Amino acid sequence: MIQLRHIERVFMVGEEEVHALRDVSITAEAGEYIAIMGPSGSGKSSLLNILGLLDRPDSGAYELDGTLVSNLDEKQQAAIRMHKIGFVFQFFHLVPRLSAFDNVALPLVLSGVKPDERQTRVSTALAAFGLGNRARHRPDQLSGGQRQRVAIARATIMQPSVILADEPTGNLDRSSGIEVAEILEELNHQGMTLIMVTHDPDMGKRSRRQILMVDGRVEGGKGEDRSP
Amino acid sequence: MRLRDILSFSIRAATANRGRVLLMLLAMAIGVGSVVVFISLGDSARNYVIDQFSSLGTDLLIVLPGRSETTGGPPPLLGETPRDLTLDDAMALSRARTVRRMAPIIAGSAPISVQGLEREMLVLGSSSELFAIRHLALSQGSFLPPGDLSRAESVCVIGLKGKKELFGSGPAIGRWLRIGDRRFRVIGILSSPGVSLGEDLGEIVIIPVAAAQSLFNASSLFRILVEAKNSAVIEPTRQAILEIIRQRHEGEDDITVITQDAVLTTFNRIFQALTLSVTGIAAISLVVAGIMIMNVMLVAVSNRRAEIGLLKAIGASRGQILGLFLAESTLLSTVGAAIGLVVALLGIRLAGILFPQFPLQLAPWSPAIAIAVALISGIAFGVLPAHRAANLEPALALARR
Ligand SMILES: Nc1ncnc2c1ncn2[C@@H]1O[C@H](COP(=O)(O)OP(=O)(O)OP(=O)(O)O)[C@@H](O)[C@H]1O
Ligand SMILES: [Mg+2]
Repeated sequence: MIQLRHIERVFMVGEEEVHALRDVSITAEAGEYIAIMGPSGSGKSSLLNILGLLDRPDSGAYELDGTLVSNLDEKQQAAIRMHKIGFVFQFFHLVPRLSAFDNVALPLVLSGVKPDERQTRVSTALAAFGLGNRARHRPDQLSGGQRQRVAIARATIMQPSVILADEPTGNLDRSSGIEVAEILEELNHQGMTLIMVTHDPDMGKRSRRQILMVDGRVEGGKGEDRSP
Repeated sequence: MRLRDILSFSIRAATANRGRVLLMLLAMAIGVGSVVVFISLGDSARNYVIDQFSSLGTDLLIVLPGRSETTGGPPPLLGETPRDLTLDDAMALSRARTVRRMAPIIAGSAPISVQGLEREMLVLGSSSELFAIRHLALSQGSFLPPGDLSRAESVCVIGLKGKKELFGSGPAIGRWLRIGDRRFRVIGILSSPGVSLGEDLGEIVIIPVAAAQSLFNASSLFRILVEAKNSAVIEPTRQAILEIIRQRHEGEDDITVITQDAVLTTFNRIFQALTLSVTGIAAISLVVAGIMIMNVMLVAVSNRRAEIGLLKAIGASRGQILGLFLAESTLLSTVGAAIGLVVALLGIRLAGILFPQFPLQLAPWSPAIAIAVALISGIAFGVLPAHRAANLEPALALARR
């Protein structure tokens, strides 16, 4: 379960304060599927970065599965990112010099999993995402849809409880976008909480719950009290 | 993270950008290579000189006429000419308790002839003890016989090269040769020709000191070689020699006693200073290489911002990022150092082929120093870039702004 309470995030741009997030409070039950929508600059990415522990709020509390993670130190937060959170980006962020296999294996390498176990886990994951014959290809030898599938395989190889996706279909054509959305939804079916930022109203409609952000706020407080 | 994985990640990251990395390896290789070569040069030169001196024996003292050191006090009013060293002086020295052997030396150049063949050679007048003092060796016959130093026996020992020039490949022992207007019988032939302290032992004729005195018509000795009982009594021996000569020369300190120790210490100091300063200059190129590593790594960090952000997003801690980048810079500098070491080794080999007279050798500890310096500079100059990488904010690093 995810709980954000009164999150504030302010950026200094020169002399000016930019309030990316204002008093954001959100609760998400385990296994939920939420779409975050809103105009450009409304704070969607900022919110997702806080949820993914890629950024720290200026104030407010963040609780994940009963742990107050906003109070953890850098190393403990890194461990949470590794084991509990899978992040999927609009621009894939695959390491260009590494093959699909090695990209997916990265979290396992970082956490010190033995090579033979890596081999079986990564092969299984690649096969599950329809990339069985692409293991040795480098990112520049893959299509956009395939790259995003590699990225999803990497985000989920550690069996996280939460998947955070920032416009995962934003850089894909319609059909591969739908393909990617279906993969994410399948993972959600298996029990992972899915929180996806999207511009696309059609994408947003696929989720069971939408959170609308406007100018750094959760619009109408709808996100706060609703429980499934 | 497993060590093997850290290494393979670093290798792949480092080799992804060939041009810059090659340039950097080259800089490191030149730095390390020149340090190793310069250290080896200095060290070899030092060893060469020390070898030359050590062939004299470490217990050796050399007594020269005349004073070379001023020990303070007013200068002599009249141009004081030093008293000659005589054969009697020499014989008095051998009575000192700590003296094991003594050899007086008179040296001069003279025409040597055998049946119309004539050669100009170095003629050394000395005694039987010269053999042991100078660690000479014979290929045939015997050395000057021991006995009364004032007896001018007409025998000689000849160097190997001189023997070949005068007698060809035929026998020489027992045959006569002429030095100036006197005739000498060959009783021994030196082996192992070579140069010791500038004297070519191949082209030399050694005769009894008294014979040399009358040959050169001079009573004064060129020098006296004294061997102490052991190296612990060098200083007492020196004092004893000075004392004996002072008594014999009416209270005048008019000789110089050179101990090999003192000479060696001086040479050692000179060569160490020399090696250090040349190595220091070479070390500057190492610093340049270190700065190049830093530059390469800083560029790598800014080029790979997104990758670093991603690594953090999938769970890498600050410490892990730091370790990965340090491993990369250390790896690069170590490979550079290894290349430099190989180049230095080849260079030293090549120099050995080109200049066989000078025994250039790899200084034994120079590879260790070079590798250590490379490791240290790889880490030291890698710290700043690695810190920069580790401190990147993942959200910022991943954003496309
Ligand atoms: N690192 C930063 N420094 C300064 N301002 C920032 C930073 N990150 C975000 N902002 C500002 O915060 C506000 C929210 O940005 P955010 O990226 O969260 O918006 P968004 O909803 O994701 O927009 P988009 O749909 O265009 O991705 C914007 O005004 C943005 O300019
Ligand atoms: Mg955004």
